[in-house]
Amino acid sequence: MLTFTLRRLLLAIPTLLVISLVIFLLVDLAPGSPMSEIPLTVPPEVRKKMIEALGADQPVFVRYVLWLRQFFWVEPATLFDGWFGTHLAEGEQRILSWQSRSPVFTIIGQRLPQTMTVIGTAYLVGILIALPIGIYSAYRQYSIFDQGGTLFAMLGFSVPTFFSGTLFIIIFAVWLGWFPTKYDTTLSVTDWQSFLKQAKQMALPVMTLGLANAATISRYMRSSMLDNMTQDYVRTARAKGMTERIVVLKHVLRNSLIPVVTVIALGIPSIFGGAIITENLFGVNGIGAALIGAIHANDLPMVQTLAFIFAVLIVLFNLIADLLYGLLDPRIRYD
Amino acid sequence: MTDTTSAPPRPSSPRHEIWQQFRTHKGALFGLIVIGLLIFAVLIGPYLWVPEKLTVAQAIKLKNQGPSLRFPLGTDQLGRDMLGRMLLAGRVSLAVGLVAMVIAIVFGTFVGTMAGYFRRLDGLLMRLTDMFLALPVIPLLLVMVMLFRDRLAGVLGPELGAFTLIVFAIGITSWMATARIVRGEVLTLKEREYVLAARSIGARPNRIIRRHILPNVVSPVMVAATLGVAEAIITESVLSFFGLGFPPDFPTWGRLLYDGLQYMQVYPERVIWPGVAISLTVLSVNYIGDGLRDALDPRIRGR
Repeated sequence: MLTFTLRRLLLAIPTLLVISLVIFLLVDLAPGSPMSEIPLTVPPEVRKKMIEALGADQPVFVRYVLWLRQFFWVEPATLFDGWFGTHLAEGEQRILSWQSRSPVFTIIGQRLPQTMTVIGTAYLVGILIALPIGIYSAYRQYSIFDQGGTLFAMLGFSVPTFFSGTLFIIIFAVWLGWFPTKYDTTLSVTDWQSFLKQAKQMALPVMTLGLANAATISRYMRSSMLDNMTQDYVRTARAKGMTERIVVLKHVLRNSLIPVVTVIALGIPSIFGGAIITENLFGVNGIGAALIGAIHANDLPMVQTLAFIFAVLIVLFNLIADLLYGLLDPRIRYD
Repeated sequence: MTDTTSAPPRPSSPRHEIWQQFRTHKGALFGLIVIGLLIFAVLIGPYLWVPEKLTVAQAIKLKNQGPSLRFPLGTDQLGRDMLGRMLLAGRVSLAVGLVAMVIAIVFGTFVGTMAGYFRRLDGLLMRLTDMFLALPVIPLLLVMVMLFRDRLAGVLGPELGAFTLIVFAIGITSWMATARIVRGEVLTLKEREYVLAARSIGARPNRIIRRHILPNVVSPVMVAATLGVAEAIITESVLSFFGLGFPPDFPTWGRLLYDGLQYMQVYPERVIWPGVAISLTVLSVNYIGDGLRDALDPRIRGR
């Protein structure tokens, strides 16, 4: 297990390096760079100084290595300094956003809690909806409930979140007036009243993302339960005279959850992708909104860093899913 | 010895059997009918429903109209007929889905066959596939469109430029699943006796792949292709949703939805029509994919 983990970690390094190079080059070599957007009225020597100040006059390779050093050494060291009061990264240049001139990771640190609250809740809600649906659909296969569940999953796959989100806004915010259309980022939860307000403004984005996630997970739960329902150990358990409840919820469910847990782990990075849409639709000021803002403002360091963070998340959760599978299922050994 | 005079009933052709199985899937039939109607509508519709030519002054007076006989779906904020726009937009949306799928399938099948057939290429190509799978697709697509749109528009014109860029970008970020499926199939197929026989009589890899291997990977690829169309349509509308898709005078359903968002509170139907069109298309295509998967699987078929 340990050797497998180490080998996978070592393999992840070249993958991530290539991805970072691809992201860096794609953004950097593109024709529409911000350097071409300096107004022509700016005199040439000032233009030259502006480009120098951004560090954009260095060769691509130098900038790539510097960016890597900033990403993998300076930023973690700064974080470490912040926690333990050391001076590892003192005087080092951090990755600066071109929009706000403040460090990219500071902005991400400010935005992340918003994303985590909304997206995290949505994913949890999605799982909580999906598991019972999947379990009951499999237990009563081809029943009306199962067919309803299949239709729900099909709709969840097919209706894109930007449309379901808009529909929810039209129905619940515009017509019924139950929830606000926009998410108020400045609201801080201090008492019961503000908590209620927070819950209300979270309802629509959480519902939008949660239903989309629930559709996928419920399908996996159902097929995994169906695989296990016909196993010999289930018949044995029934033959021993165990109640249906124990057979289904203890024997079958536990074994069926193994692949579902890995699917849930694999889905975590992709919800950040889906969250970009939801965040923009509802005005949640999270990292997805930060990415879109940076793209529209031609803020290359911000875009590169955020895109690379998404890639790191994908690689990381792939690894976690593989390890979880080995840990949970004794039939799978990686040595 | 069996009696040879009475011929056994002629076995039905595989195509017929597949159709028989496909027909039993209600969702797939529904999908086929809906998608057929949609394709018919967007292909023939713009000829049957020609929006009347209005001067700018007339159009401005007729802006934001509700549904009427003259404008069955109303008009938008510039007085343009929504039905005509929906039909034209559907053409572009479906074309984007189909072309992007073809690019993804061709490239994915090529990579998968190479990786599966030639052992030396396997490691390299599969690492490449893994790497592409780890790319954050939506952010990268948005960045690509933003950075390359103007340059391509300068070369190919705004419409064709946007179309080429988006179709190509979606295609090269969605071939990985096909490549993996094809590789797996090829790995088992190339050990089959008939392939060994072909090789033993001196057939070249090129011929073996084209004559003996590719025809046998068609069915999983077809399923992947159907689902790929759905995914490409959704991805394109996500790009349009961020205003980074097609120009407003050459709309797709996603672009119409994006344009309608500002007027959502007053004229919700302008969001609902394109949204329903996208969802219905994707739903139908997904159902067809589901039905195809069942129909092409010989283990399920004939039961």
